[in-house]
Amino acid sequence: MKPFRTHRGLVAPLDRVNVDTDQIIPKQFLKRIERTGFGQFLFYDWRFDADGKKNADFVLDQPRYKGASILVAEKNFGCGSSREHAVWALADFGFRAVISSSFADIFANNGTKNGFLTIQLSENEVAELLRRAREVAGYELTVDLEQCEVSDGHGFRAEFPIDGFVRHCLLNGLDDIGLTLQHEQEIAAYEAHHPALQSA
Amino acid sequence: MSPKRTLFEKIWQAHLVAEPAGRSPILYIDLHLVHEVTSPQAFDGLRATGRKVRQPARTVATVDHNIPTEPRGTPITDLIAAKQIGALQKNCKEFGVRLFDMDSPDQGIVHVIGPELGLTQPGMTIVCGDSHTSTHGAFGALAFGIGTSEVEHVLATQCLAQQTPKTMKIDVRGRLAEGVGAKDLALGIIGQIGTDGGTGHVVEYAGEAVRGLSMEGRMTLCNMSIESGARAGMVAPDETTFAYVKGKRFAPRDGEWEKAIESWRGLPTDDGASYDRVIEIDAAQLCPFVTWGTNPGMVAPITGRVPEVDRLKDADRRATELALQYMDLEPGNRIEDIGIDRVFIGSCTNSRLEDLRAAARVAKGHHVSSRVRAMVVPGSQRVKRAAEQEGLHQIFLDAGFEWRESGCSMCLGMNPDILQPGERCASTSNRNFEGRQGRGGRTHLVSPMMAAAAAITGHFTDIRDWKFR
Repeated sequence: MKPFRTHRGLVAPLDRVNVDTDQIIPKQFLKRIERTGFGQFLFYDWRFDADGKKNADFVLDQPRYKGASILVAEKNFGCGSSREHAVWALADFGFRAVISSSFADIFANNGTKNGFLTIQLSENEVAELLRRAREVAGYELTVDLEQCEVSDGHGFRAEFPIDGFVRHCLLNGLDDIGLTLQHEQEIAAYEAHHPALQSA
Repeated sequence: MSPKRTLFEKIWQAHLVAEPAGRSPILYIDLHLVHEVTSPQAFDGLRATGRKVRQPARTVATVDHNIPTEPRGTPITDLIAAKQIGALQKNCKEFGVRLFDMDSPDQGIVHVIGPELGLTQPGMTIVCGDSHTSTHGAFGALAFGIGTSEVEHVLATQCLAQQTPKTMKIDVRGRLAEGVGAKDLALGIIGQIGTDGGTGHVVEYAGEAVRGLSMEGRMTLCNMSIESGARAGMVAPDETTFAYVKGKRFAPRDGEWEKAIESWRGLPTDDGASYDRVIEIDAAQLCPFVTWGTNPGMVAPITGRVPEVDRLKDADRRATELALQYMDLEPGNRIEDIGIDRVFIGSCTNSRLEDLRAAARVAKGHHVSSRVRAMVVPGSQRVKRAAEQEGLHQIFLDAGFEWRESGCSMCLGMNPDILQPGERCASTSNRNFEGRQGRGGRTHLVSPMMAAAAAITGHFTDIRDWKFR
């Protein structure tokens, strides 16, 4: 996994609450058996009309937000289906982080497994970032995971909470299957006295 | 004296393999359910790292999400879907995982077959790459959905590193009225606490109304936990639970059964144990519900109206306006005046025998409205056979419903069962997100009885006034 330490990038505002994973990556694109190539289908039903023509009004397709790598959205981002394809699509599109006032648990979990940051700020802070991203041309933020801080260099600075172990894994790009397997002896000991399933 | 513990805490603590300092606790997983959509990349990961499936006997796979519900044997015309199904078949063979395939008499929606095969048991930890894994909590198991990276983690280690969730008790006082079922209870709860009201929590449903639910009803309730954002939903096991599990194919047998029951009886929350949050619901206030918007929290009583927007806060108001625009509804519209084009009875929420019985009771002696296309999709091959033995299929067919093969079908429309743009559907599934059942499709979530009634009248109809024949 690619380590995440600090990142500075263009910010795109998505003025919506409860952005569900069905919107982030609609189901017709879940049949692929690879982990890659999902970015082209990100927010498909919002970005393209029924004939596959691009909707130039959608925020991510406005020229000023081209190349954005930080998405800001309102509360409960990533709710619904557990599809990790949602994180793969955001990352493949070029995003490194989403900022919101709250995240669905599975989405946030999936993010951490892909070196993708879910940054929780207060509703007021999110509202302020949405405003700045709309009003300031080329608005950029710096995400500093070492300091757990988001700042724009123009007066906005906010700390965000993150689980210490999750932060450690992200900073170092650790493979958590490998970490769990360090406990092989304990797993084996647990299994030795744990009842088996009826086999048939 | 030992500390008072909740049902969740008992299961959690019994499954801790290690608690490394400064890290998330490592939890043992008793049962890992696998399906075609969220697993191929996980098996690829195993191959890339030379890892094996640690416990094939604790791993069970089926195909459900993208299979057609046409008669079995009809060729799959969606080649990408066929490839994904093929990948699961190949992966199960290569890694020694039991697969209930398309042609198996035990095939079905993963959250329907786990319980009916007796794989799902009280006290277990259960995961699946699917958010509705919360269904299995109905048995007093800790069951939650995971992403594909975690699927790979469980395949390789039979464990998961998990942050400890918070606990919430939802205490449902009193009894549900006639015509008000588990689906209405679930929708009523989500309407009250919101689609993020349960985030970060494992919910335990308790109270008289919950104890009075059948296992099917408890599964419906726990299934919808994720729609309030909860990590999992649970109901303490009791005699209803034991009676359901007993004799199932993978349930403990003979002497093992007595031992299992004895340990399961120790699972319910101790008197005096505390939760991080407690919510009380008055069952008597609940009625048949219909969602009007684009998330399951946007819900109104059947006798109610689509809400007025001007009294809402900014963010909610914008969300409501967008939802009404998508749903083509106006504030103040009466719910009973909303006409429908399609009906879907099925999904891991409401496709079990009891659900089909409830819908058939409504449909009996009536006929589907000429403006409506209605389909019934049993949750599994076992459900389908049992329903046919009782003649339920004939009631549906006589009433003009389609009777199809088992799978997830139009709950998420990964197979050919989808809504056309602008079509409005009364659905017994769990999500009314934009485009969920087909691009431009408009979904209203309801109970199986309410769906059957809407199919017949062509608009939402209060089941409490129904003339059963």
